[in-house]
Amino acid sequence: MDFLRPTAWPDALAMKAERPEATPIQGGTDVMVEINLDKGRPAALLDLTAIPELRDWSREGGEIRVGAGVTYSRLIAELGTELPGLAQASRTVGSPQIRNRGTVAGNLGAASPAGDSHPPLLAGGAVVEAESVRGTRLIPIGEFYTGVKRNALAPDELIRAVRVPAATGPQYFSKIGTRNAMVIAVCSFAVALDPGGRRVGAGIGSAAPTPRHAPQAEDFASERLDWDGQGPLDPGVARRFGELVAASAAPIDDVRGRAAYRTHALAVMARRALGWAWDDLRGSA
Amino acid sequence: MRVNVTVNGRPMTADDVWEGESLLYVLRERLGLPGAKNACEQGECGSCTVYLDGTPVCACLVAAGQAEGREVVTVEGLAVPDGGSDGELGGGLDEVQRAFVDAGAVQCGFCTPGLVVQAHALLAGSDGVPPDADIREALAGNLCRCTGYEKILDAVRLAAARRAESGSRA
Repeated sequence: MDFLRPTAWPDALAMKAERPEATPIQGGTDVMVEINLDKGRPAALLDLTAIPELRDWSREGGEIRVGAGVTYSRLIAELGTELPGLAQASRTVGSPQIRNRGTVAGNLGAASPAGDSHPPLLAGGAVVEAESVRGTRLIPIGEFYTGVKRNALAPDELIRAVRVPAATGPQYFSKIGTRNAMVIAVCSFAVALDPGGRRVGAGIGSAAPTPRHAPQAEDFASERLDWDGQGPLDPGVARRFGELVAASAAPIDDVRGRAAYRTHALAVMARRALGWAWDDLRGSA
Repeated sequence: MRVNVTVNGRPMTADDVWEGESLLYVLRERLGLPGAKNACEQGECGSCTVYLDGTPVCACLVAAGQAEGREVVTVEGLAVPDGGSDGELGGGLDEVQRAFVDAGAVQCGFCTPGLVVQAHALLAGSDGVPPDADIREALAGNLCRCTGYEKILDAVRLAAARRAESGSRA
């Protein structure tokens, strides 16, 4: 095995072009588990932790550009206002030690259907900034996940950053697990309200081969919410929203939960999360 | 490959390190520092918690090469070097270690080094005694299969109270 340790981003891209089989490693919270437990042995590790520019985030217009090396801990501490849904999801990742190392870009690279950051990225309309020596490619989040632990990155591409629109309204993340820490989601859900655009974003985790949008639920709620009057949330709308979210899922039975349970739980989480978000919106008006 | 890393303030070098090796393995098997414990090897148990550049992490999930040029503090580095050599427990112990002994927070002891480092980090960032919810959250990634955690929580509160009393912070 080779250990590649670029200290500048262009060098990392050159190495990835030369060694497309190299596995990028950031916090190591997925990659090292594979190696430690002998589940897989990469031909080479491409360590990205020595590249300073990856560790920064910036505000660019209405977008937050989160560098690939920004840890969950920093996201929680620094971006709770701009990216509340993603920050909430980050708080549920692993333990403090894991959040001190793990990154959203690592979650994207691993592309596990259960990754905690995926639902809020979907709900918030994120874009993955992929880069190679050939140039930069902006991949809408809904096109990024291509299968179980598979993503749309080309072999020579690395994730430079993820661009997430700064919240324009309330956002919520909800996750089912057996305890309040160190939990891989049984299923998860995120909602984001954009009152200006009168749009609702809804992202589903751990209930299909990939994280995915719930487009029918998004369209339904966007149309039916009382954006002008901002009256109390119609319980029928909330319930139907939950049903449509659940209908967008394609869960399986596995060790963490049964498909029927996941479907039921998603409907409940979606109904509640929409209620929390709508109440916040009314409260802030 | 060779890895150069500062451990507990001392520059150290490990040779013949396998590229897929963890920092934990380097510390325990190559640098003679068995304080951080090897248990789950997947970041679940927290027994291998060490400081990496001042931040507590699971050493089993840090690739050895990622520690190149960085500063690591293990549980061995928390004790005060000239804090006493009376041969009794507590001679040179850090106040978190002392509190674990005094509160009876140690049974088999396997999880203790990780808990001590993680508790040390919590108190370093806290004023006074943190609320129980904060202590529980801070220690959520450290598993103990003996104590039921109550004595461990006692120890953290005790260390925090003593620290607040003496007016110092870690």
